[in-house]
Amino acid sequence: MIEYYGKAVYESIAIGPVHLMERHAKHITDEKSGDISAETAKFNSARESAKADLQQLYERTLARAGVSQAEIFSIHMMMVDDLDFEDLVMAKINEGYNAAYAVQSAAEELAAMFAAMDDEYMQGRANDVKDISGRITDHICGSARTIRLEDSAIVVADDVNPSEIVGFEKSKLLGLVTSKGSVSSHMAIIARSMSLPCVVATGVKMDKSYEGKTGIIDGFSGKIIIDPTPAQLQEYTARLNKLIEEEAFRRSLIGRPNTTADGRTMEIYCNIGKSKDVAAALENDAHGIGLMRSEFLYLDSSDYPAEDYQFNEYRQTLEAMGGRTVIIRTMDIGADKKVSYFNLPEEENPAMGLRSLRICLERPEIMKTQLRALYRASVYGKLKIMVPMIISVDEVKWVKKMAFDVRNELKAEGVPFDDKVEIGIMIETPAAAVISDDLADIADFFSIGSNDLTQYTLAIDRQNSRLENMFDAKHKAVLRLIKTVVENAHKKGKWVGLCGELGKNTELTGFFAAIGLDEVSVSAPYVLKVREKLMQVNTAEVDISKYI
Amino acid sequence: MKEFKYVITDPVGVHARPAGVIVNVAKTFACKVMVEKAGKAPADAKRIFGLMGLGIKSGEEVTVRCDGADEDAAILKLEETFKENL
Repeated sequence: MIEYYGKAVYESIAIGPVHLMERHAKHITDEKSGDISAETAKFNSARESAKADLQQLYERTLARAGVSQAEIFSIHMMMVDDLDFEDLVMAKINEGYNAAYAVQSAAEELAAMFAAMDDEYMQGRANDVKDISGRITDHICGSARTIRLEDSAIVVADDVNPSEIVGFEKSKLLGLVTSKGSVSSHMAIIARSMSLPCVVATGVKMDKSYEGKTGIIDGFSGKIIIDPTPAQLQEYTARLNKLIEEEAFRRSLIGRPNTTADGRTMEIYCNIGKSKDVAAALENDAHGIGLMRSEFLYLDSSDYPAEDYQFNEYRQTLEAMGGRTVIIRTMDIGADKKVSYFNLPEEENPAMGLRSLRICLERPEIMKTQLRALYRASVYGKLKIMVPMIISVDEVKWVKKMAFDVRNELKAEGVPFDDKVEIGIMIETPAAAVISDDLADIADFFSIGSNDLTQYTLAIDRQNSRLENMFDAKHKAVLRLIKTVVENAHKKGKWVGLCGELGKNTELTGFFAAIGLDEVSVSAPYVLKVREKLMQVNTAEVDISKYI
Repeated sequence: MKEFKYVITDPVGVHARPAGVIVNVAKTFACKVMVEKAGKAPADAKRIFGLMGLGIKSGEEVTVRCDGADEDAAILKLEETFKENL
């Protein structure tokens, strides 16, 4: 039995025979061929084959892991096609060298350029150049790089390229262990999106004697076991079976209502950043979007996002959700989310400074552009608008007045919109929680932002890691405020959601259902976990006094 | 000849993805498209290695020049592309 540790990439367990992935060294020599046209033809044909491979990898990755993961292969295609690269290769071929050597030395030259740059990101690109070089020379030397696993296996390698990981047959790849690599590498990101048990950076060299032996990957702790003892095998088999059962059970909850054992419904929605995240929300059966953080449109731009650009993004989200509720939060820039083009002054205490709605009060055109985009998109689904950082009734009146003006403007322009869009507010300041009875008169709904509400209630900076232990979101002060907010809203016939980190804490699911919270919004992987918990809750048995 | 200056705001600088976008946009025009950064030889914006090789970081200023028949359309489109992606 051998045990070693690396960095855990994805929290899961794999058990199976170990297969060592060794790259067969190609014998590329600097032999001169002398036949320039034959070598040129070899290079061109290998280059076309490499591009075809990359196209296939791009499409496969797109289907399995999404567009941001697939993008690397379109960059590789561009590199294969690059004229600087071609010039370097052709210079060597024209000197009489064979095509494989010409490609390899051209790539080495470009890789050296990247490696010499004073920027970690650019240095890392040297690997991309080596990856494309290997791909082309494989075709020249006739050793295609598709990786065939005879049987299901845990693959142990020195390092694995992004193109190689998707090259495996998914059903046969049980897990992956690499000596090198990092948890933030492209390969790791792909492994995570494939839900593949994976540990990287073990620092342990491959040992030929491991081949065919039983291996275990513990993706929770980063432990690798080769040739486990019977007791270990039994332990991990049991854990693996339990994971499989739990996951299968959670998947079986797809299509089930978000209802407690005693029949009380608390909707489970999903938090997203941009329209492309809707896929993950739907895959996990979210019944709506409880929080779309529109500030991502601002963070990803180099200038104020234009009305049409925002409209398209909102429209795509609403259409993709197909009539399910989508709550879009107006711009929440400021505090820890800064953008340079806002030219905001440096602040001593930005969490309590000029942020989100407060910026709009100074620069109303920001809110106006966003409201116009939102109303225009409103005809494409079921939109609700939510305003963050409220501390007074007057602020809500200000927003509602602007919404009123925007609706009149659109009417005058003959632009269609849904005039019944609810306008709700976030309850994330103690001030708003305390006056929530007054706010409930004017807001259409509340959504409790538990992260900021906790930070402001406890006077503990979320960003300060030294206070992490004291940041207790289950603090009675916070839970009492939440209960008050729910009661005040219900008295006025308004509904209340919660869209902070607290929502995914299943220790509180019973409490939330018992106080009558109408909706929680969590990130996609937690939707079914919360539903599982909710279905077990009997609100009559929840002792609310224990929490507050 | 047309040109514009632009200060990179993307925190990672001209990394692979936006470089790819710029190369693809530049390639749609017949005119010559060059990107210049102080202290480096100008790079052809139709070549990804050349563009990335400039090692353009966040906060650095670049000058983009278009020279040729369709330079007017090219300069507009490229300026938009830089703003959107970098």
